Amino acid sequence: MIDTLLHMALVLAMPPLLLGVIGKTKAAFAGRVGAPLLQPYYDLSRLMRKGVVISDATTWIFRAGPVATLAAALFAALLVPFGKHPSPLSFEGDMILFAYLFALGRFFTAVAALDTGSAFEGMGAAREVTFSCLAEPALFFALITLTRLSGSMSLTPMLNQVSFSVWIATGASLILLLAGLFVVLLAENCRIPFDDPNTHLELTMIHEVMVLDHSGPYLGCILYGASLKLFLLGALFVNIAVPFASGNAYLDWGLFALSMLLLAVAIGVVESVMARLRLIRVPQLLVAALILTAFSLVLVVR
Amino acid sequence: MLFDMMRDPAVLVLGAITLAGCSGFPGLLLRHGPLGQHLAAAAALLSSLLALPSLVYLLVTGQKASFILNWNLPFGPCEIALDPLSLFFLIPIFLVYPAGSLYALGYWPAASRGGSSRSVTFFYGLLAFAMALVVLARNGALFMMAWELMALSGYFLLVTEHREPQVRSAGTVYLVASHLGGAALLVLFASLRGVTGSFELPARGSLLLSQGMAALLFLAAVAGFGSKAGIMPLHLWLPSAHANAPSHVSALLSGVMLKIGIYGLLRVISFFPHPPLWWGALLTAAGLASALMGISIAAAQKDIKRLLAYSSIENLGIVCAGIGVFMLGRGSGDPRLAYLGLAAALFHLLNHAIFKPLLFFCAGSLMHATGTRELDRMGGLAHRMPWTAFFSLCGALAICGLPPFNGFASEMLLYLGFFGEARAGNPYLALGAPVLALVGGVALISFVKLYGIAFLGAPRTGLAARGHEAPFAMLAPMSLLAGLALLGGLFPQLFMSVVNPPLLALDPSSAGRTALPVSPAWFAVAGGSVILLALALFLALRVRGGAAPAPSAPTWGCGYLRPAASMQYTGSSFGYLFGSLAAPLIRLRVGRGGIEGVAPAPARLRYAPEETLLQRLVLPGLSVAGVACAFLRRLQHGEVQIYILYVFVTLICLMLWVH
Repeated sequence: MIDTLLHMALVLAMPPLLLGVIGKTKAAFAGRVGAPLLQPYYDLSRLMRKGVVISDATTWIFRAGPVATLAAALFAALLVPFGKHPSPLSFEGDMILFAYLFALGRFFTAVAALDTGSAFEGMGAAREVTFSCLAEPALFFALITLTRLSGSMSLTPMLNQVSFSVWIATGASLILLLAGLFVVLLAENCRIPFDDPNTHLELTMIHEVMVLDHSGPYLGCILYGASLKLFLLGALFVNIAVPFASGNAYLDWGLFALSMLLLAVAIGVVESVMARLRLIRVPQLLVAALILTAFSLVLVVR
Repeated sequence: MLFDMMRDPAVLVLGAITLAGCSGFPGLLLRHGPLGQHLAAAAALLSSLLALPSLVYLLVTGQKASFILNWNLPFGPCEIALDPLSLFFLIPIFLVYPAGSLYALGYWPAASRGGSSRSVTFFYGLLAFAMALVVLARNGALFMMAWELMALSGYFLLVTEHREPQVRSAGTVYLVASHLGGAALLVLFASLRGVTGSFELPARGSLLLSQGMAALLFLAAVAGFGSKAGIMPLHLWLPSAHANAPSHVSALLSGVMLKIGIYGLLRVISFFPHPPLWWGALLTAAGLASALMGISIAAAQKDIKRLLAYSSIENLGIVCAGIGVFMLGRGSGDPRLAYLGLAAALFHLLNHAIFKPLLFFCAGSLMHATGTRELDRMGGLAHRMPWTAFFSLCGALAICGLPPFNGFASEMLLYLGFFGEARAGNPYLALGAPVLALVGGVALISFVKLYGIAFLGAPRTGLAARGHEAPFAMLAPMSLLAGLALLGGLFPQLFMSVVNPPLLALDPSSAGRTALPVSPAWFAVAGGSVILLALALFLALRVRGGAAPAPSAPTWGCGYLRPAASMQYTGSSFGYLFGSLAAPLIRLRVGRGGIEGVAPAPARLRYAPEETLLQRLVLPGLSVAGVACAFLRRLQHGEVQIYILYVFVTLICLMLWVH
């Protein structure tokens, strides 16, 4: 019960912090002080208080988009285990639901973008759906490898089973898998080198350009939903990358939160030392990630 | 006596089938006015009301019935039978046929379409009758006759608008392809007659043959039934045929007729007690290739009905892959895999018979409203046709396999089958999961495009700006199908209860595992909570916004002061990025008009997606064949009396040969 409550509390409270940590890391690399760590929370509370301007070309889909995306992500949050604790909901095949809930969110984000009738938002929607369809198979390859390693078809046993001894036995495969997952994580969350959340040139953007016309609480939903997606895919990554479990429940929660913050720092470092890829290179990198995860499967089969 | 017969559900089903076949006759006699069409629609609804409850009752109680027709043709006893497999395939017929008949009242009304509506109504009923007869026939000769009746009534429906040259050529391609497939079936039934000594179809698992003979029968069945089901590379006739037929006809062709091919395949497979493993491998590979290639080509289409037709190839590919997985599971002695593969195939087949007709009806409403099939000329129609837009959204979500709709439930079963194989010694089959994920991703591109470009944004042309909502007769069947799509996603066990009987009949080893491997309650929990959560958030934001409507302003033009509707992303531009990645499958021919100088004159841009397989391989091959066979044209000169002579001479030769 306490685990479930803590799970919910983390889902609701922690995701924006990751964005703050990434921002702070990038500022440190650039030699700036940067925005406060809690800036994303201030942004959210400000957006929630603001009014809305709606484009006159739109229909109800435009308002439903952010809301449906957030609802799907919130339900997906119940399926992922955090730090060796079982997730609140777990059943055979829940990893497929997990992946498809994000696809549902993508559908709604993309149609809400098309609803505005703006050329740029249409462009962003086309890029988002095209690149994601390459990221999806990489995620499934990773899930197959995990299924083979753990012998189970549900996220909780699949991820919680990855222990130190599993790492010793199949370390090479897990490293490839993590490399592939990290690329998927960056691509799905529109981080550099795939997309730059801070750019001001609409022509080159992917995710941010899709939400140009959203404002007020709807933009808040999008911002929180995006950070939640980063948090969930990050949790997937961290559960594999950190095979330790102390046995003490509270220590494990702390370890999980700390690993998530470290992951955010790592993303910040990547964003600081890399440049955005040319759009034409994005599919190539995604295919590379796909092949990495496929290799991880080959290595565990042998 | 008569009353007792009427209480027999099997007789009710036969009565409904007969009623469907006769539904168009009054229309042929009543030359004027819409009465004939209304009578046909009423007959269709009545036949469905008779048939559907009886079908479900027969399936759930596990009853069978068989009847011997008294005929004096030299093909042995003519048996028709209702077994679980036949009953299951009758359900799509009696779901789509009445829905399409009702839809036709608004879409193809006798009042404005005149004579063509009479023939469409007549052949629509006849097609439903012929398909039902194919499913019931247990005699090879009767099967072929019903098959031919089905193919020909499909042809006459397809060439309804025969004044258009492209409709005529699509019809010709369909007719040729369907007879090539028919030739393969003749080989199949003739060889069966050769080995069993009778035209009666063998019972399940009763055909013990040598490897070579079994392979011949199987390959003939794959060629004949696979071409009807549109499995790649036998699909070439399908896109133009489904695109050029009237929409309610496309719905019946795509939603039901393709499945009759799958029925034939399943029926033939059921003859063999121990099908070899490579059959399953062949079907799985062909199915997955078909799914991936079909949806990739769909993503580049700009014609809304061609897009839907290619997506049918994808969905039938998934069904075919499921059947292949079933055979692999049976062959390797893995009942779990066999169960999941077949359950996914049959469930997805039922689902496709719901959401594909729904989407074809939506496409029909769009054409009804705008008079064009080109996505790039539409836009902003959700304002003018909100109900059609809503039902299309349901159909698009369902066909992408997204929760909480029925497509997700059936694809989930196939995923579970693939994932379970990851634990096997040789996890080759697990590779199906990423392929299916890729197919799902590309389906998302196709249907975001279809929905977003047609219904959202600003109207791109005057046609779209003047669009209007469809009448009630068209909306009612759409709402029914959309409701079923949601029902199947939230409560898959309802659909599984009609899927399980044919599954048990085909694979008795699955007895005892007729429950889903994942508790069906999870579908209801997940789907229900996502819907409720979204509604709650939506309402909360609405309430917070207060009673006053939110201020509206034009879409932000990124600093450009005079944005115009023609500047929006079009369907062609939306699919272009993916099309450039899928270049080996599809060639995008983009013709640009000359844009020269500082102040260029108005220019045009032409976008035409071409299927590489068709353009590079098949058409050159066909033209070579055409030149090589030119001498045969002398036989065909249009003089009917000489044609009759041909028939007579052939008959004499055959009689001499037999003696």
